[in-house]
Formats: sequence, C-alpha cells, structure tokens
Amino acid sequence: MAGAASALFLLDIKGRVLVWRDYRGDVSAVQAERFFSKLIEKEGEPDAQDPVVYDNGVTYMFVQHNNVYLMTASRQNCNAASLLLFLHRVVDVFKHYFEELEEESLRDNFVVVYELLDEMMDFGYPQYTEAKILSEFIKTDAYRMEVSQRPPMAVTNAVSWRSEGIRYKKNEVFLDVVESVNILVNSNGQIVRSEVVGALKMRTYLSGMPECKLGLNDRVLLEAQGRSTKGKAIDLDDIKFHQCVRLARFENDRTISFVPPDGAFDLMTYRLSTQVKPLIWVEAQIERHSRSRMEITIKARSQFKERSTATNVEIEFPMPADATNPNVRTSMGSAAYAPENDALCWKIKSFPGGKEYMLRAEFRLPSITAEEAVPERKAPIRVKFEIPYFTVSGIQVRYLKIIEKSGYQALPWVRYITMAGEYELRLV
Amino acid sequence: MSGHDSKYFSTTKKGEIPELKEELNSQYKDKRKDAVKKVIAAMTVGKDVSSLFTDVLNCMQTENLELKKLVYLYLINYAKSQPDLAILAVNTFVKDSQDPNPLIRALAVRTMGCIRVDKITEYLCDPLQRCLKDDDPYVRKTAAICVAKLYDINAELVEDRGFLEALKELISDNNPMVVANAVAALAEIQDNSSKPIFDITTSTLTKLLTALNECTEWGQVFILDALSKYKAADAREAENIVERVTPRLQHANCAVVLSAVKMILQQMELISSPDVIRNLCKKMAPPLVTLLSAEPEIQYVALRNINLIVQRRPTILAHEIKVFFCKYNDPIYVKMEKLEIMIKLASDRNIDQVLLEFKEYATEVDVEFVRKAVRAIGRCAIKLERAAERCISVLLELIKIKVNYVVQEAIIVIKDIFRRYPNTYESIIATLCESLDTLDEPEAKASMIWIIGEYAERIDNADELLESFLETFPEEPAQVQLQLLTATVKLFLKKPTEGPQQMIQVVLNNATVETDNPDLRDRAYIYWRLLSTDPEAAKDVVLAEKPVISDDSNQLDSSLLDELLANIATLSSVYHKPPETFITRVRTVQKTEEEEEFAEGTEGGYTETSSSLVVDGGVPLPQPPPAAAPVPDLLDLMGLDGGDDNNAIVPVDQPAAGPPLPVVLPAATGQGLEISGQLVRKDGQIFYSLNFENNTNIPLDGFMIQFNKNTFGLAAGGPLQVPQVQPGTSVRTLLPMVLFQNIAPGPPNSVLQVAVKNNQQPVWYFSDRLSLLVLFMEDGRMERSAFLETWKSLPDSNEVSKEIPGITINNVDATIEQLASSNMFFIAKRKNGNQEVLYLSAKIPKGVPFLIELTAVIGVPGLKCAIKSPTPEMGPLFFEALETLLSHRG
Repeated sequence: MAGAASALFLLDIKGRVLVWRDYRGDVSAVQAERFFSKLIEKEGEPDAQDPVVYDNGVTYMFVQHNNVYLMTASRQNCNAASLLLFLHRVVDVFKHYFEELEEESLRDNFVVVYELLDEMMDFGYPQYTEAKILSEFIKTDAYRMEVSQRPPMAVTNAVSWRSEGIRYKKNEVFLDVVESVNILVNSNGQIVRSEVVGALKMRTYLSGMPECKLGLNDRVLLEAQGRSTKGKAIDLDDIKFHQCVRLARFENDRTISFVPPDGAFDLMTYRLSTQVKPLIWVEAQIERHSRSRMEITIKARSQFKERSTATNVEIEFPMPADATNPNVRTSMGSAAYAPENDALCWKIKSFPGGKEYMLRAEFRLPSITAEEAVPERKAPIRVKFEIPYFTVSGIQVRYLKIIEKSGYQALPWVRYITMAGEYELRLV
Repeated sequence: MSGHDSKYFSTTKKGEIPELKEELNSQYKDKRKDAVKKVIAAMTVGKDVSSLFTDVLNCMQTENLELKKLVYLYLINYAKSQPDLAILAVNTFVKDSQDPNPLIRALAVRTMGCIRVDKITEYLCDPLQRCLKDDDPYVRKTAAICVAKLYDINAELVEDRGFLEALKELISDNNPMVVANAVAALAEIQDNSSKPIFDITTSTLTKLLTALNECTEWGQVFILDALSKYKAADAREAENIVERVTPRLQHANCAVVLSAVKMILQQMELISSPDVIRNLCKKMAPPLVTLLSAEPEIQYVALRNINLIVQRRPTILAHEIKVFFCKYNDPIYVKMEKLEIMIKLASDRNIDQVLLEFKEYATEVDVEFVRKAVRAIGRCAIKLERAAERCISVLLELIKIKVNYVVQEAIIVIKDIFRRYPNTYESIIATLCESLDTLDEPEAKASMIWIIGEYAERIDNADELLESFLETFPEEPAQVQLQLLTATVKLFLKKPTEGPQQMIQVVLNNATVETDNPDLRDRAYIYWRLLSTDPEAAKDVVLAEKPVISDDSNQLDSSLLDELLANIATLSSVYHKPPETFITRVRTVQKTEEEEEFAEGTEGGYTETSSSLVVDGGVPLPQPPPAAAPVPDLLDLMGLDGGDDNNAIVPVDQPAAGPPLPVVLPAATGQGLEISGQLVRKDGQIFYSLNFENNTNIPLDGFMIQFNKNTFGLAAGGPLQVPQVQPGTSVRTLLPMVLFQNIAPGPPNSVLQVAVKNNQQPVWYFSDRLSLLVLFMEDGRMERSAFLETWKSLPDSNEVSKEIPGITINNVDATIEQLASSNMFFIAKRKNGNQEVLYLSAKIPKGVPFLIELTAVIGVPGLKCAIKSPTPEMGPLFFEALETLLSHRG
C-alpha cells in the first residue's frame, strides 16, 4: 500500500516540461512529456480528461493552474488523494512565494522552485507545505541573506504551522464567518438540493504562542453543558478543522482549542444540508414572437428580512448564442448583454430584503436555423450576491479566548457575511 | 518577491560550455554562483551539461547554502553519467553530514541517497548511521526516508548494516514527524520484501495512534495507511481503534479523511454489533459528502472510492443521493462518476427525482455524458421493477426529441428492458419502429433488429422491416449481420410463410457462401442444419426462454471489492483494479531510455494479418450433415442472442494455474486484453492451453476462437469455454484440438493463425507456432527390424539433414529420455570415431513415420540431424521442433 511519486513535473500549457524534479530515477521526462502533450492535444479541454491517467506502467496525476500544469508520475500504488491534494498545496506555496503561479514566475524563480521541490517532497513522499514557515528558511533572491539558515523548529514540531518568537505591537484577531449558499432549482421550480457551506476565516496578528479557545452556539456543546438552547443553538452537519485544532479534544468535549498559525487561514469549515429558502428567487418568462424575435421577462425577489440588504447582486441569464440587437429595461440596476458568455448580465448594487425587481429584454434571432441543429448548451440562471451581517445558519461566535503566557490582551473582531456559492436555477 | 532567474536561461549560443567552464572557475564567489545557476538553467531546459561535472563539483565546498543546494541538484542529475567523477563529491558529503547546521546535515544525507551510484552508496552508510541518531529531528526525519532510498538501491546493505532495526527504533521517537517518515519508509520496504519486516504489534499501534494526533497532515496519511493493514484481535480492539481514528474525519485534509475512512472500514469488518456499525456509518456519511466540495481532482478520487464504499455499505449514503446530482460546472469526469453513483443509490423512494435529473442530463451537450445518462435510465429500469414503467416513459419522451444519438442509445437500453421484463412493454414497439431509418450505429441497429425478431409475431410488418435491412446485408457490420440472421430465423419460425422463407434463403446464403466471417458462417450453418433436420428442435432452441438479466454491470466481485477497499485512496481504488495489475516493478530505468525513440502507434500491428486470414468458406452442401454435438449447448455458447446477455455468466471449471504461457497477443495490441497460449499434448490429445487476461476496465465475455487453415488442419475440437472475464482478472482454459479440418495447401509450415473475438472488442488476430512436438504420437516406437526395413525401403531422395550448431549433447541417456518424453523413441546407437550416432523413430497422425539419425560429439556444440520419411517436406518443421526441444534443456 505504500507508494510515492517518482517525479514531479511543472509543465507549460502545451505540456512541455518547464521544471521537473526526479525523486526516484524510475521515470523518464521525455516519455512523460510526450505522453502528456499528446493527451492534452487530443482532448482539447483539460477538463475532459480524467486527472488520473495510466500509460505504460506509469500513472500520471495532474492539476492545472493558470498556464501551468503540475503533474506527478508514479510507478507504485501511491495514495492518489494525498498526491493530488499535495499538488494543490504546491500551487498555494508557489502563490505565496511568487504572488502568482504561471509559466513566467516559474522561470523567474527556478532556483527557489528547485529548493522548494526538494523541501516539500522527499523520495516522492509529501513532507512539508506550510508556505509561511518554508519562507523562513527558503528565500527568494530579494530576501536572501548571507547567513546560513537553520530549519525553523516548526518544521518538525508538534506545532508545525507556527514559529516561535513572533512579536506584534498590537495583538489582534479578525474572524470572518462566511457562509456560501449552494442551491439547485430544477426546471419545475423545485429545490433539488440546497446546502450551506460555512467557513471561519481567521487572520491572527498575535505575539508568542497563544492558546485560543473558540465558543460557538453549537447545540451539542450547549446541551452537554446543560444550558438552555432555546432558539439560539445550531446543528452543524459536518465540521472540518484546520490542522491546528486539537481533534481529539473536540471529539471529547466539543471544545475548539488551538494554537493558530500566523496570518490568514481557515480555522474551520462546516456544512448544513437543511432546506434553505432561496434568498434571491429568480423567475423568467420567455416568449418567442414569430421566429425572429424573443422577449424575456425576469423577476427577481429577495426573500430575506427587510433589515438585511444584499449587495453586488449579479444575475446571469443564458441567451441563445445567435441573439442580436438587445433592448433591455430594468426597474433597478443595470443590465448588459455579454455575448462572450452568451448571457445577459443584470447587476444590482443594493437589493434590500422583501423587494422585487423586474427586467424586460427583447432580442432579435436569425430567422433561418440549421435543420439538424445541435442542441444548445442549456446553461442555468446563475446568481451572485453578498449579504453582510447575516448568516443563514444562525451561527454565532460566543467567545474567542486568547491566552498567552506574557498575558497580553488581544482584541477579537468578528464579522458575518452570507454569499451565493453555486447558485443555479435551471430554465424550462 | 519575484525573482529574475529567467536571465540565466539566455546565454550566448557560441561557445556556451567553454564560457560556463571559465565562469565556474572564476575567483569571484558571485560569478561562480551565477555560473552554477546558468548550468542549472541549461539542465532545466534539457541541455547536456554533464561535461562540466568537475567544474561544478569544485564549487561544492562553499558556505553558501543556496549554491550548495544547486551543486547537489546538479549531482543528483549527472552523477549516474559520471560515476567515477562522482566519487570526488564523497568527501564533501561526509563532511557536510557532520556540519553544525542541521539543515546542511540533512541536505547531505538526503542528496546522497538520491545518487544511485554504487560507489557512493558505500560511503553513505556511516553518515546515515549517524544521522539516524542525530539530535535534531529534522535530520532524523530525513535520515528515515533515506533508509528507504538505500533499500531501493541495495537492500542487502540495509539489512547487513542494521538500518532496519534503527528505523524500527524511530517508531518510538519522541518527534511525530520522525515517526511518520519512519512508518512511510518501513511500509515501502515491507512492500518490496517477502520477509516480515514491519509487523504492527499492539505496542506499535499504540505509539502510532499517539503520534497521529501530533504529526503533520501528510504524516497522518502515512500512519493511517500503514495502520489500515493492522488486524485487530477482536471486535473490542477494533472498536477501540476506531474510536481513536474517528476524530480524523474532521480533518480539513481530504487525504487524511479518506485514509481514516479506509481504516474504519477495515476495522468494521470485525465489528458485529449492528448498533456500532450503524453509528459508524452515520459518522462517516457527512465527511464523505463534504469531500464533494473539494477540488475537482480530489472529488474524482473521492467519487471512485465512494463507488466502492456504497457497494459494501449501501446504507452509508442511502439518503444522500442529492449531493451526487451534477452541477453545471462540474468537469465531465466528475459528472460521469456522479452518474454511476446515482444509479447505485437509486431506489423506489427517490427514483422520481433521479429520473428528472437524468432527463435533464440527457439534453446536455456532451455526447458521452448524454449517452451515459440515457443508459442510466435503462439501468434503473432493470434494477427497480416498480419504476420500470416510469423509466420507459422518460425514454419515450427523449426519443421524441429526435436527437439522433439519444434515440439510438434509448433503443439499446429498451432492448435490455425487454429482456428483463418480457411481454410487458411491447406496446411501445410501434413508436420505436418510427425511428428505424435514423439508426446508423451498429449496436442500435442490432438492438432494433433483435426487438423485431423477438416480437415478430406482434409486429404486423416485421417481414417488411427486416427485409429493408437485407439488401445491405453484406455491407453491415458483423454485429448487425448476426442479429439479422437470428431475427430472420425467428421470423421464419414464427411465421413460416412464403415471404420469410424466401428471406431465410437469402440470409443463409449471404451468411455462409458470401461471408468471410467465421462466426457468422458457423452460426448460419447451425441454423441451416437445425432447420433442415428438425424444425421443431429449431423452435425449441431458437425461441427458447432466455435467462433473466439483472443490472450487475459495474458491480464488483466480492473478493476484488475487499481488496480494493483495503486500498482506499490509492490508485488501485481509482482504477478499480488490484495493484499488481498496473504496478511493474522497475528498479532503475537507465538513463539511455530517455534518448531511445519509443515506437509509436504499435496498435493495429496485426492488421495486415487480418487480410491474409481468410478462412475458407467451403461449399455449402445441399443437405448439411447433422451436427454431432448437442445443439442447445452449442447455441448457447455461441451467444445466440449476441451481445444482449452480457450478464449471463456461464460457469466453467477453471483448470488449475500452470506455468506462465508465452504471450501471443500483448495487452497493448489487444486494447488491454492479453492472450497467452501454447499448444500442448496431454494423454494423446492436443490442447491449446490459453490464458485470457483482462486489463481493460470492463468485463469481457462471449469469447470465441477460430483457426485459419494450416498445414495439419488443426482446429478447435469444441467451443471455447471462457466465462465472463472481470477487469483485472484472468481466466485459463484448455481447448481440445482436432486435426485435418481445414488443411492449407502448399508446402508445410509451422504458422498457426488464430482469431479470437468477444462481445466487447473487435476481432483479434495473432500468430502462434505449430510445433511438430505436439503431433508425435505415443505409439511411434518401431521395432529395430521394422526401422531397418523402412529405412531401406525409402529412396534416398526422402532423406533430409541439417546441422544444428547451437546444441550440445552432454549426456546421451538424458537426451534419449528427453526425446522419449516428446514421443521420439530410441532404437539403437553406435559410435563412429568420437561421434555418437543415435537412431530414433517417431510418428505423426495418419501413420506417417519419421526415422531419425542424430550425430554429435559429446560435450561439443553441434548436432547433425538426418531424417527419412515418406513426407520429407516436413523436414524443416521437424528440425525446428527438435531444436526447440533440445535447446530448452534445463
């Protein structure tokens, strides 16, 4: 069952090797390059190809980022989940180092790239992917000092994500509770699936090795403590924690305790699969007059309390690819035809709760159509929005305690926001 | 903080290497560093800079860590091509491994382990020994992995120098990262060794479970993967382990979650309490669902694994089918896998919603996905009896959209639905017939024809419909021809009127005299014989009740499923194949391979053979002789109803596995099907020992075999008895052979051309050798007098001889024994100077004798062989056989 990658390749958009690191000496770069470039040439879109492919005794696994492919080659029965995830982490590390990962940034930094590949993986086994700590001992030219660096304690510590000796004048923590609403409505207007994916995004600017404890209105915890939970507590379906959270402790008494990394990270994510009322409901009526004219009426309704307001609302309505001469009117916001997406894009800056807005549009269509027309790509209506100071789940941060041996007082700031995730309404 | 390394890529073309050489030897530190960067840049773009080896090596002794890393990187790449010079680096390595800076100590031992040069490896041992006991955990964790590297290069050295023990000690290290790497190294070493090296005891288990809470996410994966092999003593222990592992399900890293799921599932096999099981299933469901919010590549791996998990524990996700509904922006590979799981989770309770989804997908644009969606509707109909009618009505709605490939796919699945529920939904046949003209895919056509034949008595104009196909009969693909043949026979049996009678004449004529396809011809002859000898029997056979089919496609066999579940998260679970089917142990690929041109497009290499393999149609007799074999069996095995009973498995006793057979059809040629075969003689009979190995990802069935005309008219003595071959498995069989069936004219040769087909793939053609050895008969011994008489009676022109230089006879008695085992019998021997002369006899069928004279000097290479026979043209074959036999001596 043991298994590791034989090599890691960074390839350009055509599948040519930019940089590769050979970990085991049992695969050939020429062969990998030939295989992979043929593969992407054949498939056109990388999307169409399974991310795990086998050729001539070697398994290739790849992910794409901008104009770069990251790919492992392996001859063993390696852990596919671990290696693919590792590739995504490599992307994160490179992004941390070069701001953006693309062909150019790899070329510009190939020395550091080699150094990182050597540190992040050994003999094909993922080792260490904490960008922040890595950058303490592997630096780009601009920051390189002529003193010989040592591995930070963190690399091998039980607390592998935080270095010691961090100092801030003002100790602060920012906690954003971000909930994304994923919803799928079928053409009959039924909600096929709805879920809320939440994340507690933290930015910590804390000195030393702070011990943090987070309290939520978690029903299981509150009931265990014998507190009244009337109306306030929530059930979280599935919680995932950043590696800094002590999982065994949570399992025991539902306490979320951790030593946070420095800077930004996702402390936890959670999911609720309870039925959610669509916060913004969109209905469309399409009328085809004769064969050459089309009239669309779109109604958008906000279905949340009046005291909240959705901002940056965007409703993307799919259009036939051959529509022309748009004539659009809206009761609020502005709308524009975006032929590059075959869509009509309606933007509303501010959309208070309990309101309804309308859009009417008229289009020309070519009167001649091919007899054996290929079916049109049936895109759904897609909606984007943000509702600040509001969560669907009702999650609340009850407290965030920060204890450090130096005894400083730290200020926690908490914000709540709900936004549209994959919010799709299928058309009739 | 972006760099500007790209400048190192641009170098002057002229005199690049000399220029670099000069810079590498510069007295200025910065210039040397820049030069090394340029060398690495050149290496990166694939230029050969190995000639700068000594110059780069000179830069190795430096305080500058960055420069040192670059030189090391260079060494990893080129040491193998300059093994003698690489030894010069050893001193620095050894020195670095004692550097006060742990980063440099670790770097030295890490790099040394990557240099696969024997001489260097020897020097690695001492530094490695030290580093395994280093004070700094960073060095120890690097050393732990280095033991695995060394084991890969020289396993003996690792065992002799006690590194395995040192590695095992690291399991008790106080640093979790060191423990995790030691586990990874031990697990890999154990995988490559047959000796018990890494046995997980109860105390190891406790230590590892403790380390699990503290090591990095990647380390947790190593530990969980290793621990999933642990066999708990009883349910109690299993429950305890599970309790320690369940918190991992909350980890943000998907790989940790999947490995934890693997481990829990393994331990669950031991737990019998239904409450505990139910509780665990409840705990695993939400994390599995959350995996679908990960990156699409991870989702893909998760979905392939969930596919396995729901086959073993269907209840886990029984209520979660909605999360598998496809999103608009899902990559196609994710959609395809979701569809598969939706079918598995479809039930009477959720089928209405599922059908709505499938219908939605069936109108998308990706043709493959649309087809799969249509097929999914059919599979649900077969799986859920109560929902069949609703499935059919959705299919009919889709047919009305008149998108060509949707219609064709729908007809294919409706045929299966008819098979599953006979005499239930025939009312829709009329609707189907409307689409008849638009069908252009063989499978859809064949399905439609099957439907017409099967329900000929209910379709008023069945004869007209079939007749419309007959004109183009010769041009149709084999699949369609076979179905047309069967359907016409069915029609005739059901409506024995004048029209069908004429049709059957046309079809039988087309399918026998006019065709080159052996399957078609054989099937047609069987029908012909049946119809002309006993029409009632023909009815019983052709219109017999068919076994009920079920939807077990993509359902894995239980033992395979066990193995795959033990491999959750690994490639094996992604491919749904056991590891040994895709792992080839290659220790080291030589550098030269990179320069080698790989032959491209080897597939289709046998296409020329196929045109020459024209199996003789023979002249049809007006009254074909009745078939000797019991007909129903034969028909059944011939797959009378073509590809439509994929699911009916014919159980066949598998002969015990013997030694591996030579490969006659490599997997690369057979699109994943590998056939090995050899003719053997057993108990006076000839068999073709065959092995079918299925490396595709679909089950293969309906195997048939056909032999081209050959010198001895060797042909199959019965049908090929091969059951459905599941992906990743192989089936071995012995096919009895008969002689003098289809004798090829012309001079004798040993070529045996074979055609094999199955229901899923095109016909494969390959060539094997027909050795005389299998023809020599057990009663070939001659009396001495008879031998002399025969020898004299044959004219000298019947004698042929050959010198076989490569063979040495060392022991006369052993040789005689060996020849006797192949039915060449010793008669007499004499000495002629220092030469030994042996006389032997052999006989091939039809009583053709071979009189053999072998002359050789004992211990000296070279054997002269002379034979006399009524058929001296067999000489070359005889020599070939003799050479094969004697050169295969132990």
